[in-house]
Amino acid sequence: MKDTSTHGYLDMDLLRFTTAGSVDDGKSTLIGRLLYDTKQIFEDQMEAVTKASAKRGNGDVDLSLLTDGLRAEREQGITIDVAYRYFATPKRKFIIADTPGHIQYTRNMVTGASTANLAIILVDARKGILEQTCRHSFIAALLGIPHVVFCINKMDLVEYSEEVFEKLQKELEDFSSKLEVRDIRFIPISALKGDMVVDRGDRMPWYQGPTLMYLLEHIHIAGDINHIDRRFPVQYVVRPMTNEHHDFRGFAGRVAGGVFRQGDTVQVLPSGFESKVKSIHIGEQRSMEAFAPQSVVMTLADEIDISRGDMIVGANSLPESSQEIDAMICWFHERPMQANGKYAIKHTSRDARCVVKEIKYRMDISTLRKADGEPTLKMNDIGRVHLRTTVPLHFDKYQRNRITGSFILMDESTNETVAAGMIV
Amino acid sequence: MHSYRLTHLKELESESMHILREVAAQFENPALLFSGGKDSIVCFHLARKSFFPSKVPFPLVHVDTGHNFHETIKFRDELVVEHGAKLIVGSVQESIDQGKVQEETGYYASRNKLQTVTLLDTIEKHKIDCAIGGGRRDEEKARAKERVFSHRDDFGQWDPKNQRPELWNLYNGKKRPGEHFRAFPISNWTEMDVWQYILLENIAIPNIYFSHEREVFDRDGVIYANSDFMHLKPEEKPYTMRVRFRTIGDMSCTGAVDSPAATLEEIIEEVASSRVTERGSRQDDKRSEAAMEDRKKEGYF
Repeated sequence: MKDTSTHGYLDMDLLRFTTAGSVDDGKSTLIGRLLYDTKQIFEDQMEAVTKASAKRGNGDVDLSLLTDGLRAEREQGITIDVAYRYFATPKRKFIIADTPGHIQYTRNMVTGASTANLAIILVDARKGILEQTCRHSFIAALLGIPHVVFCINKMDLVEYSEEVFEKLQKELEDFSSKLEVRDIRFIPISALKGDMVVDRGDRMPWYQGPTLMYLLEHIHIAGDINHIDRRFPVQYVVRPMTNEHHDFRGFAGRVAGGVFRQGDTVQVLPSGFESKVKSIHIGEQRSMEAFAPQSVVMTLADEIDISRGDMIVGANSLPESSQEIDAMICWFHERPMQANGKYAIKHTSRDARCVVKEIKYRMDISTLRKADGEPTLKMNDIGRVHLRTTVPLHFDKYQRNRITGSFILMDESTNETVAAGMIV
Repeated sequence: MHSYRLTHLKELESESMHILREVAAQFENPALLFSGGKDSIVCFHLARKSFFPSKVPFPLVHVDTGHNFHETIKFRDELVVEHGAKLIVGSVQESIDQGKVQEETGYYASRNKLQTVTLLDTIEKHKIDCAIGGGRRDEEKARAKERVFSHRDDFGQWDPKNQRPELWNLYNGKKRPGEHFRAFPISNWTEMDVWQYILLENIAIPNIYFSHEREVFDRDGVIYANSDFMHLKPEEKPYTMRVRFRTIGDMSCTGAVDSPAATLEEIIEEVASSRVTERGSRQDDKRSEAAMEDRKKEGYF
């Protein structure tokens, strides 16, 4: 490898972010701008977009066409589903979960937010805080996204006014003080003209902070993972049963928290047996340790019966084990959540069933308060529930661990995924 | 004391291994769709890593259009022997002979669309309940919305507007009898990631990815390899030049690139400076703006 860019590429890290905004606040244009200004748009893509823009009679090349993937979306000019976009700069590789802004597609926002390190929330400088802004901010906080960036967009339409930006920043600060987000930033931008996205431009000399791209490239994300509480949900038992590996019995999984080292004392749940980590394998290679989010195979010193759905944990920091689960739920399905209804539940590698013991309340997302009246959870509603599971789950609170604190519910007759849950 | 941080390639690798193990755990009879192209080769490499020291617990399925590069077939057969993998071959020629599909005619005849029928037949015949593919979301606009676990009805169809939400790393593989799934373990990889990973892990790939001399001809600005399958127009004159292939599909729909890149490092340099996407040389995607979406709905990879 003689070229330095090759070396650099092998040492980059990965930032996953989600973009949210209301209809028409320029989200697709912003993503188009990020891709275009970082030279990620290829000639054939540009050619296709230019052709499509001309066909629809658009004067300028419509950068939003780069991201709208499905035919219905292109025809209606809206984004229906989560679309994943990829780009890289010499510093980082990025995965964008581009999610639609309409109320009816809240489930997609939740989906995109579930794996994100950072959320970009677009606010139209002319319109200020809308109900959608509240909804998106609330979801970002609920889904535990550590970094939230409010981009005050369309600054070109308010004459790049510092007053407008400062007033909005103040309002957003007041509003988001009610949310649990570790790190909140504000940037004035024009996605259409390109100011403060990748290039600073010279129209907002009063703004001294970083451009959006600088922030994306430099924000510290290594501390977002829980490296304290050791959690290893067993996915699959590796038993080659060959002459060479006759007694090999390895447990395959992805570390969900903490650092496991060879020789560590661990406990296996639900059996409660203790043992020591005998060896750690990544493919053919041995490793002295494994940390989140590595996928490894682990062997233990003692022969213990372990199968998929069990969890190997640090003996000194046990997760909660219970059949009684309190959680915030985002409901996805047209058929509302049934009180006393039974659903299949998937939590880490464990499958079980559960019954809804109580729907405690529904959130009114525009006020961030509990809604009045008899609580029901309809499509795109968010609320708090109490579930009882058929077998104990081994979990942490979602705010402490996004992997061991999350679950999905599935309809037992249609198998559809009907809800996302975050344990509180 | 060191920082517990993964490079993006290692994070992608870890995510893909997790997905492959979920497939093996959640399905009775999964199989890996193996085209002999770099993406499916990387998937196989990841599968070997996921289950070592056990062998990969599912077979490879190759849909043989009969229009493959012979270098690809040779590579496939050697790989199967070297790693003791099980191989299932579905033949488009057989589907044609049985009258299940009709061969396209004319200069632009391709078997690309026909292979969907053969694929679905092979899935049914071998009772495969989850077909693992090397599709990536960066390849094409319709693929950008595909789930990692993609549910198909009993006609093998994809309903893009009615996909199951997919959150965190929880993959819902529940299905009714007759339905099946596609799983895409390298969904989040880009073309660049795949090449860098091949370099990092020293993975063998077919030699036609590297620059070589070949008889080619030009059509609509694309360089095609000349072969018995190609029906040349009178004005199309074959000539010899140094080319390589950026993707490997059928000979009848995969364009070559004029390239001197003979090593992985040189390929990576070329990909980094390229101004056209890799599918830009694929004739099958250019037929209409929604070409890929249409084929996917019918059950294409």
